[in-house]
Amino acid sequence: MNQSEAAPDPAPQGDTDNAVDAAYEAKLRADYDGQSRDDVLRDYREMLRIRRFEEAAARAYTRGKISGFLHLYIGQEAIAIATQQVMEPGDRVVSTYRTHGFAIALGSDPKACAAELFGKAAGLVGGVGGSMHFFDKARGLWGGYAIVGNHIPVAAGHAFASQYTGDGRVTLCFMGDGAVGIGPVHEGMTMAGIMKLPIVFVVENNQYSMGTPLKRTLPVEDITARAAGYGFASDRFHVTSVQETRRRLGEAVERARKDGKPTLVELITYRFRGHSMSDPAKYRQKEEVDRWRLNDPLERTLMALKLIHKVPEAELDADDETIVAEMDAAYEFADKAPVPQPAARFDNVMAEGPYYGDSATTRPAGVE
Amino acid sequence: MPILQIRQAIRDAMKEEMERDERVFLMGEEVGYYNGAYKCSEGLLDQFGAKRVIDTPITETGFAGIGIGAAMCGLRPIIEFMTFNFSAVAFDQILNNAAKLRHMTHGQFGVPMVFRGPNGAAHMLGSTHSQAFEHFYAHIPGLKVVAVATPYDAKGLLKTAIRDENPVLFLESELMYSVKGEVPEEEYLIPFGQADIKRPGDAVTVITWGQGVPVALKAADLAAAEDISCEVIDLRSLRPMDEAAIIKSVKKTNRAVIVYHGWPNGGVGGDIIARIQELAFDDLDAPVLRVCYEDLPMPYAENLENLILPSPERALEAVRRVAYKR
Ligand SMILES: Cc1ncc(C[n+]2csc(CCOP(=O)(O)OP(=O)(O)O)c2C)c(N)n1
Ligand SMILES: [Mg+2]
Repeated sequence: MNQSEAAPDPAPQGDTDNAVDAAYEAKLRADYDGQSRDDVLRDYREMLRIRRFEEAAARAYTRGKISGFLHLYIGQEAIAIATQQVMEPGDRVVSTYRTHGFAIALGSDPKACAAELFGKAAGLVGGVGGSMHFFDKARGLWGGYAIVGNHIPVAAGHAFASQYTGDGRVTLCFMGDGAVGIGPVHEGMTMAGIMKLPIVFVVENNQYSMGTPLKRTLPVEDITARAAGYGFASDRFHVTSVQETRRRLGEAVERARKDGKPTLVELITYRFRGHSMSDPAKYRQKEEVDRWRLNDPLERTLMALKLIHKVPEAELDADDETIVAEMDAAYEFADKAPVPQPAARFDNVMAEGPYYGDSATTRPAGVE
Repeated sequence: MPILQIRQAIRDAMKEEMERDERVFLMGEEVGYYNGAYKCSEGLLDQFGAKRVIDTPITETGFAGIGIGAAMCGLRPIIEFMTFNFSAVAFDQILNNAAKLRHMTHGQFGVPMVFRGPNGAAHMLGSTHSQAFEHFYAHIPGLKVVAVATPYDAKGLLKTAIRDENPVLFLESELMYSVKGEVPEEEYLIPFGQADIKRPGDAVTVITWGQGVPVALKAADLAAAEDISCEVIDLRSLRPMDEAAIIKSVKKTNRAVIVYHGWPNGGVGGDIIARIQELAFDDLDAPVLRVCYEDLPMPYAENLENLILPSPERALEAVRRVAYKR
């Protein structure tokens, strides 16, 4: 059965056959009004770095270089870029298994990211995590969680620690639309509300939980209707540009930092690829995807650069080539990098190293 | 030496550690104003205030996860489960977050924290409130699992648990909170992975922990009256486990019985037997037996519960069988 009517309010509008019509251009000009050429170019480059990183990941997956689950963020990049822009040093992002975008946005080395996807020792987490478990503490990326919803209480715990120590940091906790029904989300939010923790909960509503649109699993259309029940502030909007996302996430972050009041934000967005690389996304029709493409923040930013700032094609192409080269180099590095040493599997199980007795059945082979 | 109840030893351990280290806090249901469902946190709210002794809503997943997230930031949470039965609700937090995060993050984060509370059957609480969780948690790499049976052990091991860099599951017993014993006034710590011989003997090794300890000791008394000398080993920590102490004793007695709370299938008891047969096969003069719950849900009715629980009489019967004295 096809269920290709998942677009929520406000659904993107536009004539897909003639993308750049007058209405499109007028809206674009209004949205980008007051944005400097440099700012728009920066946002574009940053988003493009994520997209090119992931397109290369998809190719590597197809060539059999990457195994396991690979969930792409293509279409949602503006969220990660805006998040990076509203963060102060020490602020934390806690996210899901769809997390390459945050890593690249926060400044993780694409080489280390690619090496992680390839299961190599030089990976972000030594090759033990894979695509779903990116962590880069030094850059504010606090995961990387793949049991849907189980990071919400943990993120609340980070915010609790900020409150306990008075470190002034804000935790931004991201989840998918499919997470909102699961228990830990409710419990974590209840605790954050009762304790007034400095945290922002962001639901990235990309229209689907695997193949299931939210309206089949949530009795109300608006996820942020829940905010009142937790004593949170709320915000809900359609992600069509970095600057608007930055502005509104920024308000929520400020509310957390200054007033210790949590906010629940629903970001309406879209993923252009399947749920993971193994999903051909047959539950939606091409027209739906095309319609959303009109609102792809990356495409819109590119159009703004061309139409408003008149950036020459050659300059844009050169930028793109530089980024593609950066990502190609990252994957080449990953391909050549060595796999972890056999003994690496003993690392980081316990703080002080593994403990075993004399029973060979319970002691892994080769452990000291 | 002062005589304390286990609940007081636990309270003192938390109090001393909270005095020593600002990062230590206690969180759970009824731990503050109510002073703990079993009064293990008596007076702590008064001394440390609501910032560090934190009453929570009934959200085991929520506050277990808060503890994990706080530990990742460098705090030292003590999470109290009203009983470990309710930890089942937070099982995913313990299994997938507490136990795995150090590994999954390649050591970028640690989870130094304690989950504590009463474990195992108490008296006539029915099937959902009478379960032993060490068998679930001891299965999981990344965790430490401790079970205590005396005030001395409770205090020394809890202080060690609070200072440990790993997540520690600290199992107490509802029926044993009033058990009294000597506790030194001066500070002491008991390392994990060291069994304690609670009663020396030379004919049969009786291996036990937690709530099994008083059962095993009573059985050893009964056996002594029949001239069977039992060595009762209290493992105290199940992960890591003092395999050497078990093997040393079995090599001496050539016989072993394991007495514990929990079902027979897939638990710590079977694991101990596997180690014994691997490391002391030629020393065994009898099959190793287990005395634990019957493989049944726990009924409320007292007579039925008593049939299922490991009793000194059933333990004695097992001791006789391995000693071939029946
Ligand atoms: C508790 C749990 N149940 C099921 C899964 C399998 N699963 C992984 S992602 C997913 C869909 C989640 O969708 P959503 O929250 O909308 O996030 P998105 O993938 O769209 O980013 C499912 C069912 C899981 N990882 N964890
Ligand atoms: Mg989704």
